[in-house]
Amino acid sequence: MLLVPCPHCGPRDETEFKYGGQAGIAHPADPESLTDAEWLDYLFLRDNPKGPWRERWVHTAGCRRWFDVTRDTLTNEFGDIGG
Amino acid sequence: MTDSGLRARSPLEGATLAIDSTSTLGIRELPFLVQVGLRADPADEPLMSRLTTVLGARPPTDPNTTSISEDGTNQVLWLGPDEWLVLGEPGTAGALESKLRSALDAAAGAVVDLSANRTAISVSGPRARESLAFGCAIDLEPPAFGPGRCAQTLLARANVIIVPVGPADEPAFRILVRPSFAGYLATWLVDAAVGLD
Ligand SMILES: [Zn+2]
Repeated sequence: MLLVPCPHCGPRDETEFKYGGQAGIAHPADPESLTDAEWLDYLFLRDNPKGPWRERWVHTAGCRRWFDVTRDTLTNEFGDIGG
Repeated sequence: MTDSGLRARSPLEGATLAIDSTSTLGIRELPFLVQVGLRADPADEPLMSRLTTVLGARPPTDPNTTSISEDGTNQVLWLGPDEWLVLGEPGTAGALESKLRSALDAAAGAVVDLSANRTAISVSGPRARESLAFGCAIDLEPPAFGPGRCAQTLLARANVIIVPVGPADEPAFRILVRPSFAGYLATWLVDAAVGLD
């Protein structure tokens, strides 16, 4: 099991969290102007790196706050917290 | 309420919380504990000082800590960066809610009576910590977790708020749990206590 570093509560078991996928996906400023291909990209297409990337978690069984964290997808090691 | 013949029932009323007579672990419900949810901006200093005045305790900004009013009647639990749960004696919800609401005044925030949202179970005795540890992943030992702390976490897979009370050598814990989980959790606690022997 992962020990997820909540920026408020500190490291807690993964079972206390829900996963939120890739961080930094901004809602389109003008959704109506998007093409189908752009919608597809916004809704479904995500990076899939081997190594560190930024992802979202929410501490559902704790402080119930969303946060961003860096996790290495190869080693599962967590890095910078925040956001 | 006596006029209408209605009587409040706590979620664990009538539940069997007895362990065998040799057990030193005490499990009992603390019914009708008053719980008022408070949301406010901790950076709004005038607001925070108004809240401190009416509570007799400053809402803590350190995660997972609590503050207690000087007269001991209210305990303020940190639930989030801008969220607290104020505990009070049974029957004080209305008064507590209205004084918090007047302290909030026009500031952004919320004051909501959540007393029926959770009931409280007291677990006490020399081995109370050990019994909780059967189903709780967080470190319950002082100094990580002693008086003045609180934690929202999972206990036997149920969402709870755990509040340690009493001295470190004779720990007692208040477990706040949703009414629909209270019967299950109480049964689990009794079972865990049996497992101690
Ligand atoms: Zn947290």
